[in-house]
Amino acid sequence: MARKISILVVDDEESVRDSLSNWFIEDGYQVDCAENAKKALQLIESSHFDIILADIKMPGMDGLEMLRRIKSLRNDSIVIVMTAFASVNTAVMALKDGAFDYVTKPFDPDDLSHLIRNASKQILLAQENETLKNKVISLDNVEDLIGNSQAMKEVLKQVESVAQSNSSVIITGESGTGKELIARAIHANSSRKYYPLVSVHCGALTESLLESELFGHEKGAFTGAMYNRKGRFEMADSGTIFLDEIATISPKMQIELLRVLETKSFVRVGGNKETSSDFRVICATNRDLKSMVEQGTFREDLYYRLNVVNINVPPLRERVEDIPLLVDYFIKKYCTTMNKPLITIDDAAMQRLGEYPFPGNIRELENMIERAIVIGNGKKITLKDLPFGKDMIDNSIESLDDFEKTFIRQILNKYSWNITRTAKALKVDRVTLYNKIKKYDLKPDE
Amino acid sequence: MTQPNITLISFGYFGKHFLEKIAEAVKLEYKYSVIIKESHLDLSEFFDPGRRQYNGNKLLHAVNTLSMPQTLKTVGMFSVDLFIPILTYIFGQAELNGHSGIASLYRLSNERYGIAPDDKLLLERFTKEVIHELGHTFGLIHCMTPDCVMRSGTYVEDIDQKDQHLCHNCRRQLDAADKAW
Repeated sequence: MARKISILVVDDEESVRDSLSNWFIEDGYQVDCAENAKKALQLIESSHFDIILADIKMPGMDGLEMLRRIKSLRNDSIVIVMTAFASVNTAVMALKDGAFDYVTKPFDPDDLSHLIRNASKQILLAQENETLKNKVISLDNVEDLIGNSQAMKEVLKQVESVAQSNSSVIITGESGTGKELIARAIHANSSRKYYPLVSVHCGALTESLLESELFGHEKGAFTGAMYNRKGRFEMADSGTIFLDEIATISPKMQIELLRVLETKSFVRVGGNKETSSDFRVICATNRDLKSMVEQGTFREDLYYRLNVVNINVPPLRERVEDIPLLVDYFIKKYCTTMNKPLITIDDAAMQRLGEYPFPGNIRELENMIERAIVIGNGKKITLKDLPFGKDMIDNSIESLDDFEKTFIRQILNKYSWNITRTAKALKVDRVTLYNKIKKYDLKPDE
Repeated sequence: MTQPNITLISFGYFGKHFLEKIAEAVKLEYKYSVIIKESHLDLSEFFDPGRRQYNGNKLLHAVNTLSMPQTLKTVGMFSVDLFIPILTYIFGQAELNGHSGIASLYRLSNERYGIAPDDKLLLERFTKEVIHELGHTFGLIHCMTPDCVMRSGTYVEDIDQKDQHLCHNCRRQLDAADKAW
């Protein structure tokens, strides 16, 4: 069902407010009234109004000043300015400041109906536009799922079968394997596709920020909470919420999240009103949640609530046959973005890419190709344009130990696990190298 | 105990036959017995000299005060030009989910638009207007169905386009509200 258009009537005359409000209510709109600009701005800060009908002459702040303030607060609200005394100057000023229209009191009933109908049409068109834009972005991202390997075909088959259901999904896989793209593909192929897909990167936020981000907050809930703000669960109403790096959330947030998933309702931070939202949840992690449950760092009940369907995205080294397709795709993507003629890649470079273990997965490959296009000769990507880990930032590396482990493994692979040559290349003695291999549990077959 | 009824109060001259026809149509639509009453108000108190029209908000309030206890809904019928502060004119108005409504003949006659008089058409228009305002008192809002009597009409041509009956949806809402009441 289409949602009701909300209208705010701002006029210092009670009879005008009552008349307009009755008229709009009879037309099926949701109406609020304010007797002055100050009250109106308070209401606008706390609630969203599609249409604001404001008198120009009011005691205190006038309608034009209020219009400017509304436009700085809510640029998506349509403001119609009313006046009892038509003047070309004020009309021009109002329209320049962003008013949708300017009308003289009293109105002809038909003019008022037309005005509100036109404003409503504009609002619905803007909403439709936004939905279509999101749809295009979603479809675009689904195209990014490149792969002809058996492993990738299996994943796509799972995406297709799970998309139509409403079940929670956990997407697992190493960093850089494209977990978010899988989430987008599930959303874009589900019945919720015309509604938002809202992404939250849990690992990037502190506990209190994550709480306010997910549940929203009321004005004054904490320092800096100047306005009421919708949370991500509210934004995802009728759509999908994607919680990336779910393993990083604190025990307190795990309890909160479990409650929300069970009741599909929550209270904004600093608020007392229960809000409901109909969302589907998709999570992603590069950690082993099952062992986190066994270790007691992730709640078992939350794990089972989330893990209705598990899709594991294979690392790139397990689907090397997809590398040529991905390389082609990234060459086309970056040549188009950078406005360069399409280039190719020579056989030696392609062969080397096929042998490389890609600890940073597709993200690392994409970075490599982008860099090669930027620094290359503009005709062909050759071996010398590919850094193979030396200059690349590997996104799976989060500590100095990770870096050392990856680097030693690469040099060992480079010298086919010849300890003497590797130790020489690393400028350490053989004992130190043996100790490092033992410390990081490195094995030749890795 | 007296059954609840709908009362139509005429202010000013209305033909007996004209009022009976309206009462008949209202009874058919809302299934309540309809009482016709005649009353008098000093309309000069409601006259706005600046606009040369009568204040619809004040008249609605006055009609509301005339309601009898056994009366479920009341509609005041006038033949003067009505306005509310924000609009240049109204055909009528009512309290949504309330007790009373008002309707006026003034802008419904063909003569007002320089066309030959048509008493049958005038009766039809006014009947639709009275049934429409009563619909609001029963909680019905404007309906998008083209021939529903609850469709909003700002010109007489709009009133002519619609039927004098509630559409299926509005009827269902009315029945649901009736049961709740």
